[in-house]
Amino acid sequence: MYFKKTLAVGALAAMTAITVPLSASAETLTIGLGSEPTSIDPHYHNLGPNNQIAQHIFGRLVEQDDKQRLQPGLAESWKPINDTTWEFKLRKGVKFHDGSDFNADDVIFTMKRAPAHPNARSSFKLYTHGGGKEYKKIDDYTIHVSTPRPYPLMPTDLSTVHIVSNEIGDATWEGEFNNGTAAIGTGPYKLVKWTKGEVLEMDVNENYYGEKPAWSKVIMKPIASAPSRLAALLAGDVDFIDNVPTTDIARLKKEPAVALSQGVSNRVIYLHLDQYRDVAPYTTAKDGSEIKNPFKDVRVRRAISKAINRDLIIDRVMEGVAIKAGQLLPEGFFGRSDKLKPEAYDPEGAKKLLAEAGYPDGFKTTLFGPNDRYINDAKIVEAISQMLSRIGIATTPDTMPKSVYFKRAKNRGPENPPEFGFVLVGWGSGTGEPSSPLKSLLATYNKEKGLGSSNRGLHSNPEMDKVLEDALATVDDEKRAALLAKATEIAIGEDVGIIPLHYQVNTWAAKKGLKYIPRTDERTLAMGVVKG
Amino acid sequence: MTVFIIRRLLQSAVVLFVMSFLVFTSVNLVGDPVEMMVSDEADQEERDRVIKSMGLDKPWYIQYGLFVGNAFKGDLGNSFVYGEPALQIIVARMPATFELALVSLLMSIIIGIPLGVWAGLFPEKLSSKIVMSGSILGFSLPTFWVGLMMIMVFAVMLGWLPSTGRGDTVELLGINVSFLSADGLSHLFLPALNLALFNTSLVIRLTRAGVREAVHQDYIKFARAKGLSNTRVIMVHLMKNIMIPVVTVLGLEFGGLIAFSVVTETVFAWPGMGKLIIDSIQSLDRPIIVAYLMIIVFVFVIINLVVDVLYSILDPRVRLQDVKS
Repeated sequence: MYFKKTLAVGALAAMTAITVPLSASAETLTIGLGSEPTSIDPHYHNLGPNNQIAQHIFGRLVEQDDKQRLQPGLAESWKPINDTTWEFKLRKGVKFHDGSDFNADDVIFTMKRAPAHPNARSSFKLYTHGGGKEYKKIDDYTIHVSTPRPYPLMPTDLSTVHIVSNEIGDATWEGEFNNGTAAIGTGPYKLVKWTKGEVLEMDVNENYYGEKPAWSKVIMKPIASAPSRLAALLAGDVDFIDNVPTTDIARLKKEPAVALSQGVSNRVIYLHLDQYRDVAPYTTAKDGSEIKNPFKDVRVRRAISKAINRDLIIDRVMEGVAIKAGQLLPEGFFGRSDKLKPEAYDPEGAKKLLAEAGYPDGFKTTLFGPNDRYINDAKIVEAISQMLSRIGIATTPDTMPKSVYFKRAKNRGPENPPEFGFVLVGWGSGTGEPSSPLKSLLATYNKEKGLGSSNRGLHSNPEMDKVLEDALATVDDEKRAALLAKATEIAIGEDVGIIPLHYQVNTWAAKKGLKYIPRTDERTLAMGVVKG
Repeated sequence: MTVFIIRRLLQSAVVLFVMSFLVFTSVNLVGDPVEMMVSDEADQEERDRVIKSMGLDKPWYIQYGLFVGNAFKGDLGNSFVYGEPALQIIVARMPATFELALVSLLMSIIIGIPLGVWAGLFPEKLSSKIVMSGSILGFSLPTFWVGLMMIMVFAVMLGWLPSTGRGDTVELLGINVSFLSADGLSHLFLPALNLALFNTSLVIRLTRAGVREAVHQDYIKFARAKGLSNTRVIMVHLMKNIMIPVVTVLGLEFGGLIAFSVVTETVFAWPGMGKLIIDSIQSLDRPIIVAYLMIIVFVFVIINLVVDVLYSILDPRVRLQDVKS
């Protein structure tokens, strides 16, 4: 009797021992997030936190990996079949969370829905229909997209839009996504529930077509206050957090219970100077009398760039967590120029250039910046003001909350330039290549063509415009990369249209035993948290 | 009493209206909500479309007119950020804040009154002096710092309590409350204590002052002379007479607890209204700001009304009088 019992118990234990590895992925990951999405509807708002959540639940035709390189997603392959048409071959056998099949109908539906979203706070129209795109279904698994002129950025544009199921119907908007009824996607995770401000729960999608996710359940908690977020990690209430403040990094590196992961992002922090008006706002001679706009002279702009000690800013203000910049994107990105290097710190050379340009005594100006938008933005503005004052440009720093700043720094074209003439801003290239910053920051303002919308300095160089236009119509990757590099060299190398300072480095922290694969698009994904 | 209440409610309707006007106009003068929302890469056409869809292309007085018209139907506008009705979003987060405020108020009463009575009855003892110095710290130390310290000590170092968030909720009369579960209580404890610090100090000092004054009164001497036990003298006769200032102040403070729990909610990631309002201010979500402030005005009015009525019950010398307008 006793022997039989032991045998039974032994057999049971043996069975459990065998079954345990099969259900080893029954693990939950709890993430503490710095910012919350505003909706689960992937077409409602083109915002980082929203796109980040959407990537868990929905799929895209073209995916971006951790270095923003394009990878096959719901489209297995794509190629231009002629100058103005791209063909996308869709993946077969993919199922939505509700079991329905994924096919070309869903893509056509998505491309109709996204730009027409009535409540969209920042729609995807630029990506779904920019360049005059037209979609045609060839068969259930083939789509043709045509544009009036050659459009090399087709796969990049389509890598921003998440595909929803056409079963949800024409009149389903963000409400039904937020409560879960319409949040049907093809992504690695399914939405379980979302309570704003409290928690977002997701379960793994057993039928996901790609690599099986490591976590069977993901719980995301929004913890906006950075110290509280860190405390939650240290207390063990969450397993992983994002947006670790730079001041804590040095201490955390020595903390055995925490593993840090860092990676450069696609965001460059730079200065924009007014190059259009005859008298620059807030800029006068040292005695207060009016002077003509000094920033219009390229020597003055270069002098300012030389006067900034980027290494010192990175070391002291950013606590080592940044990489100095000489152009729009860090190393490893498409379309970068080999010739542009970050401007070396040279205060003597700066003073000389200023004297050459006719300002031996310098002048007075104000540098404006936000104080709650970029990492350490207010401190960077203060540091730069001090550095410029040393070479004779008496600079007053003026920082304010982003809700007030961006309205006053807004560019509405030459007739309505921004209130500020000398500003600190940042730009994250969501497409992973320089055409987006070149178009928005440095191209001559043109409302019809959609150029120069963030060109706060109203920089204008017809030569660069021409090179950029050529690049945007060149489908061959190598030729386009060379043209983009050339445009950057003209705009920044020759013109100093903007003064790049540094690229941000993002830090994530996980409990010991986990680590994160850093992403240049700054996204925090459960799929990127791995054991190690 | 009924006339009093009705007249009070009518007065508050006027206050609400004036408030809505002031808030609406001032919030429209600051910042550009479209800039906050629209992606950097959006072109001018996109920006114009968003401006139109949020109704911001109309002049502000037309926007205000539309707002008032809709307000009578109960629609206070759709949040700029979330797209859903502002009133619904705020009301969904109300139970969390109310729960926190109520528990906090209870804590300050339970801790404050006994300590205040003790300090008042035995002012020369060392323990009383410690209590009074502690009360000074209670309203001088910033809530933000105290909250973080509490998280550091109790959650990170000792691991006794969770560091953030709200615990499991249970439905009570259709509202989700967390004080009915052990997990909920453990999450509620630190934030409520953090929020209660200021009020506890206030209650201690008020109670002590009340006790110091009342203990020398004739009726206390008479009660003792009659032979009543010390407990009865303190618990019944003394307490009733010191309650009035305490109730008044606590009533006023309760409104403040609800409206200004922002700091505690942010530090503890408590999903309440306070955190919602600070986020909305930063992202210029005007409908939520306006709706929130109107709700708070309403809450304050109700609380003041309740305090006035309680006052008249506690102190028979007080007759409810209307302010001659």
